[in-house]
Amino acid sequence: MQTKESVVSKEVAFRGGGFTHKPIFFIGPLVFICIIALLEWGTSSGWISDLTLPRPSGVAQTLMDLYHSGLLFQHLLPSLTRLLVGATMGIIIGIAVGVFIGLFSLVRAGLLPVVAALFPVPKIALLPLFVIWFGIDEGSKYALIALGAFTPTVVATYAAIDNVDRGYIRMGQSFGLPWLSIVRKIVLPGALPGILSGLRISLAISIILLVAAEMLGANYGIGAYVLEAGSLYDLERLFAGVFILSVLGVIINWLVGIVERRLLSWRT
Amino acid sequence: MNLHVNNISHSYGKVDVLKDINLNIEEHQIVCLVGPSGCGKSTLLKLIGGLEKPSSGKVMQLGEPPQHSINPLTYIFQDFALLPWRSVYDNISLVLEDHGIAKNELKHIINDVLARTKLTEFANAMPKQLSGGMKQRVAIARALSVRPAVLLMDEPLSALDSQTSELLMDDLVSLWDREKFTACYVTHNLNEAVRLGHKIVVLSRRPGTIREVVSIDIPLNERKNHVQALDQKQQYLWNLMREEALLADKELINAD
Repeated sequence: MQTKESVVSKEVAFRGGGFTHKPIFFIGPLVFICIIALLEWGTSSGWISDLTLPRPSGVAQTLMDLYHSGLLFQHLLPSLTRLLVGATMGIIIGIAVGVFIGLFSLVRAGLLPVVAALFPVPKIALLPLFVIWFGIDEGSKYALIALGAFTPTVVATYAAIDNVDRGYIRMGQSFGLPWLSIVRKIVLPGALPGILSGLRISLAISIILLVAAEMLGANYGIGAYVLEAGSLYDLERLFAGVFILSVLGVIINWLVGIVERRLLSWRT
Repeated sequence: MNLHVNNISHSYGKVDVLKDINLNIEEHQIVCLVGPSGCGKSTLLKLIGGLEKPSSGKVMQLGEPPQHSINPLTYIFQDFALLPWRSVYDNISLVLEDHGIAKNELKHIINDVLARTKLTEFANAMPKQLSGGMKQRVAIARALSVRPAVLLMDEPLSALDSQTSELLMDDLVSLWDREKFTACYVTHNLNEAVRLGHKIVVLSRRPGTIREVVSIDIPLNERKNHVQALDQKQQYLWNLMREEALLADKELINAD
């Protein structure tokens, strides 16, 4: 037997923690600033040739000129209109079709293969066809963007409906709620989180297709601007256009975030 | 209104879940269904309330439900089934909205039922703000709002910790004292069964058949003073179930 004094006392080592994230706000902007500073230094010192990348300050100058000449809005307005009309059509029809696929076995059996066949088709390839169908003006552009937004919306919507807790539906039935009330008050609100996260994907794809849609028959539009700069190998204008598209994406993502927080505040 | 379970058998595919069940649920009585896990007691409750169709046999309503009853057969679920996007008030309103009740009347019913279950101050709370016990109280309030003829309770206290379920059990006893509701109460907890049941139906393991029906004559509100008698009943029930539970536990779960 040992005496009391000889008992070794040692703190139990901490081995939990980790594998979780905490927000660090300043790192994101800092990384951007560093990359831009590096590029600025590289291009001005000649370490990066101006055929490889444009000077960030040159891109900024181009953006300023674009703004001051009023050309910015001349490009932005038609693009935003196309995006708004096309994406809205695609999303509304997509949600409607997705809800029907989610609710009715017959529709599901009939349309799921069609949607699956449509999903992987590169919609850009269909642009010439759409030009014939809907005209070289706005029609074909709306149609292309709408089709691009449609497929991911359908898939997100019916998956969201499939994921609604069946316990809620059983509860509704047990209280004798009519079918339409169960759909309206239980299924649709329950599917809303899934539908909204599908919206982020649909809108991002819409921006991608916006550029594609402006390949044919567009004098103005961010996409047309970028494509023209690309074919003239005017890197500063190309990057200015890309920057605008990028900002557009960030703003749309932020808007969806606001809608989510407003509509889904009940989530834990 | 009484309910009569008439010779019900039920199977999922090749698996027989229930066999030849005959059972009466009489007015103003709480009938407890107990049995080893997987004996089909929850399935039986679903059959009684018409949420599932039995393979054979029928569930009969004897007599008309009271005139004022909005939803005669009303469930209370183990997982509460409160819609997380609706407040306490709106969760109750949900089950009343489709019955053509005037707005004022609707408001009156909800406020009345919230007062009876002592939930008035939580009317505007969202489910995520409530503890498990409070959620189940809301679910009970929702069930009472439709003035049920028979309450069908599927392990209502099983998702709660033992202190909370003890409190809720007291609530249910005093509620029964005031309102003398009729109920079919599924539980695996024999203590709940002897505290709340006028009649306790013991089911055998799968395929579930009725092994024995045990009656307890002590009034619900006096049961706390008869600890010994209840203990004996509970022990008796456990002896009935013990072997079944042991065998049920050892059964391989057949993936069908």
